[in-house]
Amino acid sequence: MGKIQLIIWREFITRVRKPSFLIMTILGPLLMVGGIALVVFLGMQEGGIQNIVVVDKAQLLTNKLKETDDLKFFYEKTELSDSAFKASPYTVMVDVNPLVLENNTIQVFYKNLPSLNTQNHITSQIESVLEREKLRVNNVDPDTYRRIKTALKVQLFDIDKQGKRSYEQLKAGIGFAFGYLIFLFIFLYGVQVMRGVMEEKQNRVVEVLISSVKPFQLMMGKIVGVAMVGLAQFLLWVAISLILGSFGMGLVKDSMGGAALAKDVPQVTAQLQEQLDKQGVKLNETAETSEQLGVMLEVWDELPVTWILLLFLFYFLGGYLLYSSLFAAMGAAVDSETDTQQFMLPVTVPMIIAIFIAQTAVYNPDGPAVFWCSIIPFTSPVVMMVRIATGNAFSHPGELALSMALLIGTFIFTTWLAGRIYRTGILMYGKKVTWKELGKWLFYKG
Amino acid sequence: MLRIENIVKRYGDHLALDGVSMEVPQGKIFGLLGPNGAGKTTLIRIITRITGPDSGQVLLNGKPMTAADVELLGYLPEERGLYKKMKVGEQALYLARLKGLSKQDATARLKEWFERWEIAGWWNKKVEELSKGMAQKVQFITTVLHRPELIILDEPFSGFDPINAELIRSEIIRMSKEGTTVMLSTHNMGSVEELCEEIALIDRNHVVLHGPVKEIRKRFSNATFRIDFTGNPVAFADALAFHGELLDHQVDGTQCTARVKLLHGATLNQVLAATLPAAQITGVREEVPGMHEIFIRAVSDKDPQSVSTGNTE
Repeated sequence: MGKIQLIIWREFITRVRKPSFLIMTILGPLLMVGGIALVVFLGMQEGGIQNIVVVDKAQLLTNKLKETDDLKFFYEKTELSDSAFKASPYTVMVDVNPLVLENNTIQVFYKNLPSLNTQNHITSQIESVLEREKLRVNNVDPDTYRRIKTALKVQLFDIDKQGKRSYEQLKAGIGFAFGYLIFLFIFLYGVQVMRGVMEEKQNRVVEVLISSVKPFQLMMGKIVGVAMVGLAQFLLWVAISLILGSFGMGLVKDSMGGAALAKDVPQVTAQLQEQLDKQGVKLNETAETSEQLGVMLEVWDELPVTWILLLFLFYFLGGYLLYSSLFAAMGAAVDSETDTQQFMLPVTVPMIIAIFIAQTAVYNPDGPAVFWCSIIPFTSPVVMMVRIATGNAFSHPGELALSMALLIGTFIFTTWLAGRIYRTGILMYGKKVTWKELGKWLFYKG
Repeated sequence: MLRIENIVKRYGDHLALDGVSMEVPQGKIFGLLGPNGAGKTTLIRIITRITGPDSGQVLLNGKPMTAADVELLGYLPEERGLYKKMKVGEQALYLARLKGLSKQDATARLKEWFERWEIAGWWNKKVEELSKGMAQKVQFITTVLHRPELIILDEPFSGFDPINAELIRSEIIRMSKEGTTVMLSTHNMGSVEELCEEIALIDRNHVVLHGPVKEIRKRFSNATFRIDFTGNPVAFADALAFHGELLDHQVDGTQCTARVKLLHGATLNQVLAATLPAAQITGVREEVPGMHEIFIRAVSDKDPQSVSTGNTE
């Protein structure tokens, strides 16, 4: 084993053996999947049975609102005083103005804020009753109205990709997710590199080490070793998430009576529709849901998955190398973590800009800010991922090549720069390091 | 064995070393002395190739040192430490392998050392569980495990109790006898007198003293003798006449000890001849200055060149 491999191995194995690595590896996907599951679960849950009293002086709604298992409607002809409502077993009071047909306004009073589901149910029920009432008053046939009512669907097409609908925004969202992963990885593991360097400096082990290996080897060994820890953790997360995901899917399928076992989308949709009908969701909403499913599949087919993954790996490593070398230099320059503040800002600001620009890129992938930030190496790893996912980057191969070349060039430059700061910094104790001082270190003869 | 030629090193505006040359002979224990900030650590870092000189060169066995030669060196820095969270054995292995030892060789040699020092039980302990002295012992082993030709020790005895300091001292002597060259940087002048055959003293970026310890001590002797006698001190002082000056004297019953400095041109023989009639001489020895005194005199001298005149060989 060469010396640099030895260093990489030590950096890798000591980190992987730590209990915190195991905990993070198990907890990461659990938190992610668990978090999503929790949100979905809580969203579906009602906060117990809601007893809704409808104060309906004009008798427009009485006995016309559909109830569910958890939502019960009660009707009153006269207004309840606040104190009477407070003392009553009702949880929500809906005050329907007699003029509601003109001003389309109701007031809802609650003891505890009802869930979004409850609010939606109340709104949609009252809406449909009022609509029917208005149709009757205006002498409009409900069937005619249904035919007239227009829900406009907009289909977007990219003229360069004939015959195919474009789902730029959805794809951009996927790209953003990849970009966000890169952002997260750079921060989590860049800081680990910095901590590692500071640990060696504080332990005073560093001078022993660099009498055996070159400082640059030590720095690169640490950067690569930590990158491998990150990749290992990432791969384990993917593996665990897949296992948990398929397990979770199995549960969902079971709850749907096994129908979803067949990859038959209409059948799944039918199942969904049935379930949604139970909850009184309007038919056209179900249609939308089934269409969204179709869109997802279409987008997935359309995405250049292999390219995305390859370029993800490239920008992931490029961005990490660029930033982690700066983190290493920072760790070498200071004596303790509190001194890192002054150097932290210039390193973190470009990353935060990158995340902001990547967000705007989801809605406007062709904007000039997105263009520049996808070229500049300090932001390109995050921002370019959005352009790659939308396919925009592939229609401008020159820009993609430039961005990649600049990233390679820049990380070579920053590692060189960091190496020079590093080899001086690690042997410097008890000195308050300024930017000017760092500048001087660059020109010390090795 | 190691030859340092005209090394100059600056850090920005600060001149750390200015034309430093010295020669470390094969198989000897060589003391590198100097006050804090004189440039010792910089010189050591140049020898160990941690940093490079602006000009000048380091020759090892007659050839300019190359990057591969660091495996021939063992360096115990003054600023030293170990990874606190790593296990002792694992860490020692790691450091040894960084010095180019194979895993098998390193393991075998480490076991041997651990058994010899009766510390085999530490192997699976984390460094943070060890006391400072214990960690220093491990550190010393990792410095010399790869059997370097040249061992550079910067304050090797700091952090050790007297028993362990003695253990380290005997190891240094053993390795020196086996032909290893040792460069010892320390402020402990006692161990310099005890261990070192040659020294170099650096002050204000220059070598101000260089040569065998015996010669240097002789050179710093200022013709002062302690003369023991019985008799009348006043008569003794009178008898000195123009040959010697009585610096001070102690009287213990009938036994007197006088410190006599020879006056210009006089010899000990003349002093003795002059004082023999006045007193019963019972003993004479030359007062040779200790390294402690030499250090202080060499360093506090405002013009270092005057001290070093004529002492480069």
